[in-house]
Amino acid sequence: MSALLEVRGLTVSLAGSGEVVSAVSLDARAGEVHGIVGESGAGKSVLARTLLGLTQQDPRARVTATALTFDGRDMRRAGQRAWRALRGGESALVLQDALQSLDPLRTVQAEVGETLAVRRTPRSERRTRILDALERAGLADAASLLGHRSGELSGGMRQRVLIASAIIGGARLIIADEPTTALDATVAVRVLELLRSLAADGAAVIFITHDLDAVRRIADRVTVLEGGRAVEQGTAHQVLRAPAHPSTRALLAAIPTGPKRETASPGDVVLEAEHLSRRYGSALAVDDASLTLRAGETLGIVGESGSGKSTLARLLIGAERPDEGATARPGDPTVRLVPQDPLGSFDPRHSVRRILDLSRRGAAPTSEELMAKVGLDSALLDRRPARLSGGQRQRVAIARALAADPHVLVLDEPVSALDVTTQAGILDLLGDLQRRSRLAMVFISHDLAVVRRAADRVAVMQAGRIVETGPTERIYASPAQQVTRDLIAASGQR
Amino acid sequence: MSAVARWVVAKLGAAILVVWIVATLVFFALRLSGDPLEAILGGPGSQAGEETVQAAIDAYALDQPLAWQYLLQLKDIATLQLGDSFARRQPVVDLLAAQLPRTLALAAISLGVAWAIAVTGSVIQAASRGRTGIVVGAIMRGLEIVASVMPQFWLGAVLIMVLSSGLGWLPATSAGPGAAALVMPVITLAIPIAGFLSQVSRDALDDADAAPFAVTARARGAGEIRVLLRHTLRHASLPAIALSGWAFGNLLSGAVVVEVLFARPGLGRLLQEAALARDVPVVIGAVVVVALMYVVVITLTDAIELAADPRLRGRARAHRSSEIAVGT
Amino acid sequence: MRALGVSAFVATGVVLLILVAVSAPALLAPGDPLAVSPTEGFLAPSLAHPFGTDESGRGIYTRIVHGARASAGIGVAATAIGVGLGIVIGFVCGLGPRAVDAALTRVVEVLYALPTLVMALLFVAVIGPGPTSSILAIGLATAPGYARMVRTRVRQVARSDYVAYARHEGVTRTAAFGRHVLPNTLWPLIAMVTLGIGQAIVWVSALSFLGLGAEPPSPEWGSMLNAGRVYLSTAWWMTLFPGLAIIVTAIALTVLGRRLSKGSA
Repeated sequence: MSALLEVRGLTVSLAGSGEVVSAVSLDARAGEVHGIVGESGAGKSVLARTLLGLTQQDPRARVTATALTFDGRDMRRAGQRAWRALRGGESALVLQDALQSLDPLRTVQAEVGETLAVRRTPRSERRTRILDALERAGLADAASLLGHRSGELSGGMRQRVLIASAIIGGARLIIADEPTTALDATVAVRVLELLRSLAADGAAVIFITHDLDAVRRIADRVTVLEGGRAVEQGTAHQVLRAPAHPSTRALLAAIPTGPKRETASPGDVVLEAEHLSRRYGSALAVDDASLTLRAGETLGIVGESGSGKSTLARLLIGAERPDEGATARPGDPTVRLVPQDPLGSFDPRHSVRRILDLSRRGAAPTSEELMAKVGLDSALLDRRPARLSGGQRQRVAIARALAADPHVLVLDEPVSALDVTTQAGILDLLGDLQRRSRLAMVFISHDLAVVRRAADRVAVMQAGRIVETGPTERIYASPAQQVTRDLIAASGQR
Repeated sequence: MSAVARWVVAKLGAAILVVWIVATLVFFALRLSGDPLEAILGGPGSQAGEETVQAAIDAYALDQPLAWQYLLQLKDIATLQLGDSFARRQPVVDLLAAQLPRTLALAAISLGVAWAIAVTGSVIQAASRGRTGIVVGAIMRGLEIVASVMPQFWLGAVLIMVLSSGLGWLPATSAGPGAAALVMPVITLAIPIAGFLSQVSRDALDDADAAPFAVTARARGAGEIRVLLRHTLRHASLPAIALSGWAFGNLLSGAVVVEVLFARPGLGRLLQEAALARDVPVVIGAVVVVALMYVVVITLTDAIELAADPRLRGRARAHRSSEIAVGT
Repeated sequence: MRALGVSAFVATGVVLLILVAVSAPALLAPGDPLAVSPTEGFLAPSLAHPFGTDESGRGIYTRIVHGARASAGIGVAATAIGVGLGIVIGFVCGLGPRAVDAALTRVVEVLYALPTLVMALLFVAVIGPGPTSSILAIGLATAPGYARMVRTRVRQVARSDYVAYARHEGVTRTAAFGRHVLPNTLWPLIAMVTLGIGQAIVWVSALSFLGLGAEPPSPEWGSMLNAGRVYLSTAWWMTLFPGLAIIVTAIALTVLGRRLSKGSA
């Protein structure tokens, strides 16, 4: 079966960035899901846009290729008119974060129907086809959604609406750029299954992501992108089980799998929360939560967004007062937070050195020593956090917390915004720190795979309540609650 | 209470607040020079007779305690009892009513022209892609800065110099009712506003054009014109609409200068003459009228904003969306 | 981006020139701005008088240079009042209790929306015309605008994650204020003030143009425009050059202000 899309030696240079895609070759076949993986900055998004002719609109971009063929048509020198004829009808793009990717001022009907309007489909036909597309995308009761706007829908529904708007024109090539990144794990899984079924129905699907797990789930073929180059290519089975290129191997090795390496022998209780409740208006953010934390151990708190994890964290560190219940801190331990968005928690006018100096309490190590502890070069001390990478900022946030010589660290989604290799580095660092100084940690995340790797015990949250708690491996082996089972399934752990 | 009713109540509340604040401002301003009586009668040079002085004291209750004066002031302004101009021996309301329509018309037309200029600028920018686009953008940016800073009295004077004295196309004093007489005053008023509106909407247009929803629209096969008309232009107009209320206020300030410069009768010129003559009751009256117009304009702008941006209608929809959010 | 650098450079140069004109006008224009010379009235621009002369034979160029002190001086004084009041109100709103903030902000919003010139005329009508009343009037009329900006900034900073983190670490409110809130609020203020002085100079000139500001024979730019208005068709230079002085000053300050705000954002 010949490929619907054939790309050979594609190179894209952008003004100010140089060569962003270098000599990439790939095929997209009908009925097949082709996964393109790479970390951020690898050129994936630019590649996606180039395959639809969007990059070519920029007069300062240079796009060259030995072959760029869609269904036998040579698109290398195609003008925008030729590309526009393809877009919507034969090829389609699905972006991430549908809140921004759908026009928030227009109704679902207008957005989904836009492809039809562009192609001047007779109005009488449009409504039926719109409803059809919405149902294909898995939305029940499609008719009731037509008048709504993207801001009124949940994340998962928005993404389905976006996909509906992409497939309504009967696209044979669907390119999805990080379609599940902004979604909860369980919702993401279902969106992935939708993409899989679209391929099963005959479309060629190119699926771009940094999430290797998603690729593992639905891809038939895989291309690994690094620094704009395709460093490895083959069937999913080949690439994921027997990777040849060191970058692929590093990527795969970085995926958190399995239990925490060194199990702790917990010491005394440092934190004891009993029946905490917190209400905002009429909504119960945390409902009767109780937990215990001992020195030298890590307690993981998992749950989807809105389950109350962040509120619980704030209650534990004392930043908010509970409406009911209390937190006891025997021995008056120093508790420090490592916040979810470290950049916002740094004074934009301060250098790293000043940040560390201001946070130092008691007989804490020097700034240079702190940087060494978190694996950062002291040369970065005079920089401002805005000029550091995501992973570096996270390490600075940890260093700042350590500057107070703490007994307890509360980490709120510490690795969620990081690339998988950077993630692995931070997890290793945390394990190291705990081993050396018997720190107690509370590790909050929506990603069960990460928590499994980092925590000795885990508490599962849903709608403000702790529904299940116990040693991590036991919860994994025999989850008692449905929500736990869903989380495990969504995290791809086997 | 329905969303509409709630909105109306909120606007009424705002109107009451404005009236109260203006009354307080006036009360405070009157006593700024130390002697409110002197201010009311038209400054230290006025030769007011005994009767006039007594009338003024009675009208403003100046022999009563301060609190009483304040309450009287509130009541007067709320009921639009603006008293008499002692200098001109006429009720203030009559003077204002005679001049208001002309100035309103001038301001409204100028706002329209300013909008037209701003939109044209945005469309030109959007239509020129690539290298031309960058050059056009730079030129526009420069023009906008100059336009928004340009003092209206100077712009008007230059227009008179060039179009009237120099080329003789238009009459210098534009007092007549004809359209020709309106041209220079309107342009003078419109340009600074256009500069500001243009800046704001061009920024919003750039943001909207680079936004993911614009990429999605293009990915559906939409051409640049469609993206502009159906998507980005609407987003771009939102901040400009929000600013129109402020723009109107600016126009009224400008009207003072423009009417004086072009010798046009109107509220602005009345205000200037009154200030020159220290005819305080008239000035107060004008301030009240301006405040009332502001309330009307703000309410209108608010309504238009709600029509243009459905996201602002949030409250009314709150119930529905929580139902929908359950299904994934 | 480079264009921005060039224009900021030019703008700074202009501002420096004006500072010289304000502090030592004799350096730029050795003549006497008030010297009347009836035989030399209404002369067009020439080598002797680069900007021409006015109805009393005084050199326009000389008057413009000496007028910088009046125009820019009044503008700066007015801005000082406006900014001073604005800072006080802004901080009270931004840091004070919710109720105070809510009430005061609504009042400020309404005052902000009233046209500046109209408000200024109210004050001038009561106090009487002259440079002092111009300063007071423009200062009071522009104060709400500054109050708004300061308040927004203060609230944003006071509720920021970095202030919250400092409190989490046990830093006292006062220490957090001095360490974080104050520096992050005051720097953007500098840009705002620069822009504001440009605006104030324009307003002050407007008042003079209307006959309510500086009295003749003061070489204040606005009143020069007022004088020249009558002779627009015959002696256009009397209007053009003072106007240019105002515009150039205002633009230079605006460009500089914008450049500063980009730098401190």
